[in-house]
Amino acid sequence: MTDTPQNTIRAFIIDNFLFGDTSQEIADDTSLIDNNLVDSTGVLELVFFLETTFDIKVADTEVVPDNLDSIGAMAAYIETKRRAAA
Amino acid sequence: MRVETFLSASAARLGDKTALVAGKTRLSYRQLEAMSDALAAGLRARGVQRDDRVLVLLDNCWEAAVAIFAILKAGAVFSPVNASTKADKLAYIAQNCGARALISQPRLAGVVAEATALGAAFDLVVLSEPSEALPDAVALQPLLAVPLAAPSTAGIDCDLAMLIYTSGSTGRPKGVMMSHRNIEAAASSITSYLENTEDDVILNVLPLAFDYGLYQLLMAIKVGATLVLEKSFAFPQAIFATMRAEKVTGFPLVPTMAAMILNMKDLEPGSFPDLRYISNTAAALPPAHIERLRALLPGTTIFSMYGLTECKRCTYLPPARLDDKTGSVGIAIPNTEAFVVDDAGRRTAPGEVGQLVIRGPHVMQGYWGDPDATARALRPGPNPWEKVLYTGDLFYADAEGFLFFVGRTDDIIKTRGEKVAPKEVEAALSACPGVVEAVVVGRQDAVLGQTIHAIVVASDPALTERDVIRHCARLLEEFMVPKSVEFRESLPKTDTGKVSRRLAAESLETI
Repeated sequence: MTDTPQNTIRAFIIDNFLFGDTSQEIADDTSLIDNNLVDSTGVLELVFFLETTFDIKVADTEVVPDNLDSIGAMAAYIETKRRAAA
Repeated sequence: MRVETFLSASAARLGDKTALVAGKTRLSYRQLEAMSDALAAGLRARGVQRDDRVLVLLDNCWEAAVAIFAILKAGAVFSPVNASTKADKLAYIAQNCGARALISQPRLAGVVAEATALGAAFDLVVLSEPSEALPDAVALQPLLAVPLAAPSTAGIDCDLAMLIYTSGSTGRPKGVMMSHRNIEAAASSITSYLENTEDDVILNVLPLAFDYGLYQLLMAIKVGATLVLEKSFAFPQAIFATMRAEKVTGFPLVPTMAAMILNMKDLEPGSFPDLRYISNTAAALPPAHIERLRALLPGTTIFSMYGLTECKRCTYLPPARLDDKTGSVGIAIPNTEAFVVDDAGRRTAPGEVGQLVIRGPHVMQGYWGDPDATARALRPGPNPWEKVLYTGDLFYADAEGFLFFVGRTDDIIKTRGEKVAPKEVEAALSACPGVVEAVVVGRQDAVLGQTIHAIVVASDPALTERDVIRHCARLLEEFMVPKSVEFRESLPKTDTGKVSRRLAAESLETI
């Protein structure tokens, strides 16, 4: 598996929210909330993970479904943040 | 008054008004009335009879509101089941109450199929959309497309309206029986002190399977208000945007949500000019949080409340007394009584700790199919014709009668606003391969209230914390899954050799 942001985030979700259970496939556009993969405290854990892993700062106002509700949305969001910082 | 008449009366009065906003769907009172009429007729036509039990396994969506009123219009009893319920528990509930039908959604079809394999026997399954996992299920849309009148013989208001399953200390959930009159009494009392009117716009992010969430729907419809339904509080900023866009006036919280709001760095005081009140229940808000919420929400009234499923709500603290009665859960809600008794059932003196007893028209009819548990909870009251509710909660009252929570008489853990019976979690742990025995205790947590901590004795040295949590996540609703697992050589036991949760909890404090 290549080390893309998508795969890193997917590994984190499987590890922390599914406790290693890989029977459920999580596509890049799978909604984490609608599919009950992440709850409210899970989102806080996700934000902390993104900040520490990808060296970005997530503002409260950026904690919205458009940025965080799927693996693809998170990858796009990280890309935008990195470009803004560059 | 029957509960479905809340809707019929508001629809007659306010037909074009928005009753419900759920995501992109907006339903007027007239639409909600017509859809629930059609579904009620559809349920009757497919064999659902008066007094039958119908499970509602849906997340917070418009279909859930339609389903609940339709079931009542068909004369049946609805039982809301948390959408994160696993097959084993769903099968238990279905068998316990002999559910004739179930209304669910495609995402949960797999769980329904699994529960059916475990013995749940539904004559009818209705799904919001068709699903390959349940080919025999009836789709909701075609039922709604036929404009039928609701059955004319729904029943009377002392009939059962709702069964709501709550954690029992025995480890198996118990079905709390609420009649139409019970619900109307509770809803009337609560809307009177919250001063709800049809001008209110109430935002509900709490599961409809949790009675605090469910009553937001029932009460909004009763007063002719608008209910904004959201699936979760996972993205507070998105919820805040909805609050501003919909001009939300009422926002029910649990302490976890209050803690999340107070953790936000960017939130300015005065961000919600339309917000008339917030309410809190499930566990007390720490006084420091109340102070900070007031600073953040200057024009908003804070209602601090306390209750249990068996009577819906017990007490509320009148907002004017928030300062001089800090830490109190207040007084009995209107048209009810709440008092503290000693072991002999005599009322205690001010300051003396005893069990809280609730008297009033909101007290449940008992637990479904469990006369022993019912007899322990409902005991003779001051008059020969009535029963009062023994809550199992320890309280004292001050000289003015304001009530203060002291603790539980059992081991129930309150986490994220939900009650968890340690026995239910321990049963799941015992079923984990490699686990010899286990005990579960609550651990204090700033955001969650308490978190669930498991102490485990393992026969398999390779067993990890993650293995145990994953096992539990397969069997239990998410709020019941332990957050942490600790391995020990043995469990704390009493002198008689019984595993002791109290000693286990004490052993955590000394670490």
